[in-house]
Amino acid sequence: MATTTFKVWRGDSAGGEFQTYEVEVDHGYVVLDAIHQIQAEQATDMAVRWNCKAGKCGSCSAEINGMPRLMCMTRLDDLPEGPVTVEPMRAFPLLRDLVTDVSWNYEVKASIKQFTPKAPDNADGSWHMEQYDVERAQEFRKCIECFLCQDVCHVLRDHAMHDRFAGPRHYVYAANLEMNPIDTGDRVAALRDELGIGYCNITKCCTKVCPEGITITDNAIIPLKERVVDRSYDPLAKLISLVKGNGGD
Amino acid sequence: MAEHQVIEHDVIVIGAGGAGLRAAVEAAAQGVSVGLICKSLLGKAHTVMAEGGVAAALGNVDERDNWKVHFADTMRGGQYLNNWRMAELHAQESPARVRELEGWGALMDRTPDGKILQRNFGGHAYPRLAHVGDRTGLEMIRTLQDHGIHQGLDVHMEVTVTRLLMEGGRCVGAFAYDREKGRFRVFKAKAVVIATGGIGRAFLVTSNSWEYTGDGHALAYEAGAELVDMEFVQFHPTGMVWPPSVRGILVTEGVRGEGGILKNSEGKRFMFDDIPPLYVDQTADTPEEGWRYVMGDREARRPPELLTRDHVARKIVKEVKEGRGSPHGGVYLDIAWIKEHIKDSEAHIKKKLPSMYHQFKELAGIDITKEPMEVGPTTHYAMGGIRVDGDTQMSTTVPGLFAAGECAGGLHGANRLGGNSLSDLLVFGKRAGEHAAKFAQSNGAVSLRDEAVAAAEADALAPLGRDPGGDVGPFRLQYELQVIMQDKAGIAREGEGLAEAHAEVLKLKARAAAMGSSGNREFNPGWHTTLDLPNLVTVSEAVVMAAQARKESRGAHSRLDYLTKDPAWATFNHVIKKGGDGSMEIRREDIPPMRQELKDIITEEQG
Repeated sequence: MATTTFKVWRGDSAGGEFQTYEVEVDHGYVVLDAIHQIQAEQATDMAVRWNCKAGKCGSCSAEINGMPRLMCMTRLDDLPEGPVTVEPMRAFPLLRDLVTDVSWNYEVKASIKQFTPKAPDNADGSWHMEQYDVERAQEFRKCIECFLCQDVCHVLRDHAMHDRFAGPRHYVYAANLEMNPIDTGDRVAALRDELGIGYCNITKCCTKVCPEGITITDNAIIPLKERVVDRSYDPLAKLISLVKGNGGD
Repeated sequence: MAEHQVIEHDVIVIGAGGAGLRAAVEAAAQGVSVGLICKSLLGKAHTVMAEGGVAAALGNVDERDNWKVHFADTMRGGQYLNNWRMAELHAQESPARVRELEGWGALMDRTPDGKILQRNFGGHAYPRLAHVGDRTGLEMIRTLQDHGIHQGLDVHMEVTVTRLLMEGGRCVGAFAYDREKGRFRVFKAKAVVIATGGIGRAFLVTSNSWEYTGDGHALAYEAGAELVDMEFVQFHPTGMVWPPSVRGILVTEGVRGEGGILKNSEGKRFMFDDIPPLYVDQTADTPEEGWRYVMGDREARRPPELLTRDHVARKIVKEVKEGRGSPHGGVYLDIAWIKEHIKDSEAHIKKKLPSMYHQFKELAGIDITKEPMEVGPTTHYAMGGIRVDGDTQMSTTVPGLFAAGECAGGLHGANRLGGNSLSDLLVFGKRAGEHAAKFAQSNGAVSLRDEAVAAAEADALAPLGRDPGGDVGPFRLQYELQVIMQDKAGIAREGEGLAEAHAEVLKLKARAAAMGSSGNREFNPGWHTTLDLPNLVTVSEAVVMAAQARKESRGAHSRLDYLTKDPAWATFNHVIKKGGDGSMEIRREDIPPMRQELKDIITEEQG
């Protein structure tokens, strides 16, 4: 057992400050263990979201020593010596203490054209899909919706373009649909327009913080950007469409 | 009366894990208005933790499989205390429920011929679990969520129900608060579906999250519903044991399904020592035969690691107790050993068990492709729950109240097979949603009584006006309860300990009722825990009472003072109900005679 100092942000939208707590930590402790201990012994009203405590539900997102991370998967012995700071995600409005209002993400998701399957291949209502066909989209389906990628993205974090930029999480979601072998929906125009994929300038910060290790930029965003470019900005296609007399979409 | 918002729906669904989402989707498909109430954010419920797969007799990997075999396996696993009608419907309908998910966007792992792949699991005769690596639950909840948000559901996130509202014996709504501001919401509904999951937080070592406080069980009990089979709590044999911070976190049975073996400190595969009579014919004689089974040899029989969870958990406890455990009080679960048989075993393990690899690497510093894991039993699942009609999922005693998923009892009897919970929540989530919608359509409008709402408000606010308890706040009180239940009503029980537990739980009930909370109504976990505590105490009392009454060892219920299974106890379930004087009452309810054709299936499958 050793004592570690935690500076935890306490407050609400009206304001707040870091408060210091000393915690007796045990072997293998993660940040969430320390937060629980503070809750049980020093501050029962400290607001924090968590569920599975195993890195599978994506509830306990926070900024630990300034980095967007899951509190349940951040081991204290992996952090440098000295006080540990824990603060809420910055890209979303604060509710209280470590809890932010992430409802915007749910609204954006609902605005994306839903999964639309082709007719089943078999009489029992099932489809024929090969493993290599499903694997591409399966990577994106690992997403636990922790929204750390949204939090770290400068388009949302620094420029607050929530009204015209869907953010990495939703490009991953769109990629999962676009690359589902039996989906027939088309989200390319929406990605270009309402979902604002063009604002992403591929700094790859999202990929770096993803606790599921999803290669967000390379495997989801760039292929979607390519589809947008192919559809809307291909000079040859543009020429042909002009000759044919329709302006494209 | 304090301010509150009144929200009206035809059907409300309390709980948004797999069962609640499936019920809400189905009710909406029937054309009624649906409110879905989640204690957390949508998509975070405990279904995400389900790993190994969903059981359905698709017959994609072994065409000998069919619903009859699945039915017989489920009944055998439940030691024949199951509600056989539910077991029948479950086995018949789960294949369609699984296939339907792919029409909503799920992407399961495939067989070489492009069908849904299925894997081996404990107690299932054939490879039966459709899966996505070891994150099947996440795939299911996300699929249902992403489908559900386009079905016109009114989703209420981070809202907790504290009471069901009744009118003339019928359930007509629910009283709730939101976490953000502590504002009250009164839901008025023609039918109510409870899908709140389990009771794991009543125990110290558990794979369950903070939400699992038996809310649905307790809400229904208080409203006059019956609870059944409450003595049967599943202790999953393989939870993490080290380091302390991860104790209880689940290690999927899929590890054993993929060939993982259990060893004691002497390096011995102790599971070969003692095979239960019901399973002798189905279990491999040698490690060599066990491995052939894992590799898909149809003539080979299951390795003993894939016996039912109750048995494996007890065997682990025995090894530890007799001094052959691992350094931190578990045993070894070894998947790395398959390198003896498989050339590229490291990549194979990472492909088949990616979450497990990640979980041990990150949290325990263990590389499971190279070294064994330390594991021990963890409280996992409540077989017992709200007693319902097998076809409609409506409470046996409260009209308008339905239950599905873990909080409903009956399907699993004395012990649940792995993979049968994900299929349970699909099959009976759908049925509950369908019948709740029908009930709402065929029963008239409801009215709420102001006094009932006022009383619920007063009770919800009371803790904030009481002494927060100094050193023993709500979290510590919950911890005390967990210690009692773990020590005296856990995996090995005996009469004296259960009697002590009963007395201590009753004392704790009074303390929980008097517990106060500091802070205000805004996102205050202390206040919320104070409101959850009475639910946990209620389910704990029910577990202890039923465990005291069952004087034999059967399935997940082990009595050190009654070590054997007694056929005389196989004919009834324990049913618990709130008595007229407010105290908990227990009675025996005879299991109705099974239809002849189902009896024949069981005889046939045993032969």
